Amino acid sequence: MIASTLPRRAGIGFKPEHFVDILAAPQPIGFFEVHAENYMGAGGPPHAQLGRLREDYALSIHGVGLSIGSMQPLDRDHLSRLKTLCDRYQPESFSEHLAWSTHDSVFLNDLLPLPYTEATLAQVVDHVEQVQATLGRQMLLENPATYLLFQESTIEETDFLAEVARRTGCGLLLDVNNVFVAATNHNLDPYDYIARFPLEAVREIHLSGHSETVDDLGAPLLIDSHDTPVKDPVWALYETVIGRIGPIASLVEWDNDVPAWPVLRAEAGAAQDILDAATRQRAA
Amino acid sequence: MSAATQNAFAVGLFDMTPPPAGLTAWNAAVPERRYGVYRNNVSSSLTGALASRFPATETIVGPEFFGAMAQAFIRLHPPHSPLLLAYGDDFPDFIADFEPAAELAYLPDVMRLEVARGKAYHAADVTSIDPQALAAVAPARLGSLVFAPHPSLSILSSFHPMVTIWAMNSGHQPLAIIEGWHGEDALIARPAMIVEVVPLAPGGATFFRQLAAGTVLAGAAEAAIRADARFDVTTNLATLLRSGAFTTFSQENTDEDRDHA
Repeated sequence: MIASTLPRRAGIGFKPEHFVDILAAPQPIGFFEVHAENYMGAGGPPHAQLGRLREDYALSIHGVGLSIGSMQPLDRDHLSRLKTLCDRYQPESFSEHLAWSTHDSVFLNDLLPLPYTEATLAQVVDHVEQVQATLGRQMLLENPATYLLFQESTIEETDFLAEVARRTGCGLLLDVNNVFVAATNHNLDPYDYIARFPLEAVREIHLSGHSETVDDLGAPLLIDSHDTPVKDPVWALYETVIGRIGPIASLVEWDNDVPAWPVLRAEAGAAQDILDAATRQRAA
Repeated sequence: MSAATQNAFAVGLFDMTPPPAGLTAWNAAVPERRYGVYRNNVSSSLTGALASRFPATETIVGPEFFGAMAQAFIRLHPPHSPLLLAYGDDFPDFIADFEPAAELAYLPDVMRLEVARGKAYHAADVTSIDPQALAAVAPARLGSLVFAPHPSLSILSSFHPMVTIWAMNSGHQPLAIIEGWHGEDALIARPAMIVEVVPLAPGGATFFRQLAAGTVLAGAAEAAIRADARFDVTTNLATLLRSGAFTTFSQENTDEDRDHA
């Protein structure tokens, strides 16, 4: 099984509109990440661009459509498409979400939540094992941004993720924005979540922006919208995580209202500054 | 999670009924707005996926009407694959029967052009015919050539000025009153990295459809003349080479060829 080996540097979620700017000069970026499903056509500009980026940068392939948290079997066709993609580009990392998005044959195009029980744990473990066996590589599983809870849940999300990692050998993708969003939405302390999180299994971090609304009772409800800069409390939480585990691959995601390349590069620069500070601290 | 819980969660995403049982929140037993976030995510992300495949269509009808068309389509034709790059191939046919858009009779054809562009964008990369190679063929043998279509190739015919309307609503041509409303045919192909929309001369659509189906050049030209007496073989051969719509050509295996072999 090929282990996940992203460089311990800041990376950026690739957007085609930045391609020309990226090629104009060597970028101070540790890696690029792409959504797998955007590169499942036969040819054309997507593959031409990804092939070109791959020559110069490490690559993370991030799936958004496998529906690992589904109670039904994984889509074998989709799994086989993921294998074709990973075989072609040999990414340093492949990751997916603790969520589901397909029901019957309908693809819902959102990362939907699941209750945490012994039954769902067994199902997710089966699916992760199937993915890793098919791809021949370790995958990373990402913690979700959730807006509600299930009455039937009996396991803490952090324990659930720890157990999936322990049973399957998968790594974890810690989305710090998702931690902040979900903790706020469930009236929990995000630092407490981090304290419970199996940080030793983390191989990559995600950073992104969120938007703010309120629930039926006027309590804060944060939406994982990926359409703004990383917010200050998320940066603070990230610094705490890096202080605990040291430098690690850290991706800035900005998927909606995508800004100009220099803005995105500056966000990655801010993450890199925090990683560099941790490196200096560890050397001292 | 039981399969029943997941089923109720999924089914409710397309309804406006109260959230399914079994959900909760720290401060409310029935988290209506919280469940509504997922409903909104599903609806807006699928609408966004359609808008990215049909940008000229959205420009023509405006985002609000496009959203209404998309919602109606998504409800009856949700995607059945995580590959959203192919979602919406049947959106034009749906809109052809969509009563509120009935006044825009040209709209389904403009949408078909956008579908063809999307397919061409993601089609396999294959080199087109080198014009020099075709020029080297003896004129007497041209008529019996057969051509292999490029995987990106589509040929569309419309009773409306489909190409002009698309071009005016995609920044390829300034908006203007269309004088002399007439049908337009087009060939869509991507010989390199740019998708080309090539308007076709009279009879051209028949000619290229025949060629793409494997008819010899002479037979395709005859069919084109029957379809439209204005068909001009020289003009269309120039389009064939310029558009990059075919990848190889070869001599059909006639009895005569076999005799010479």
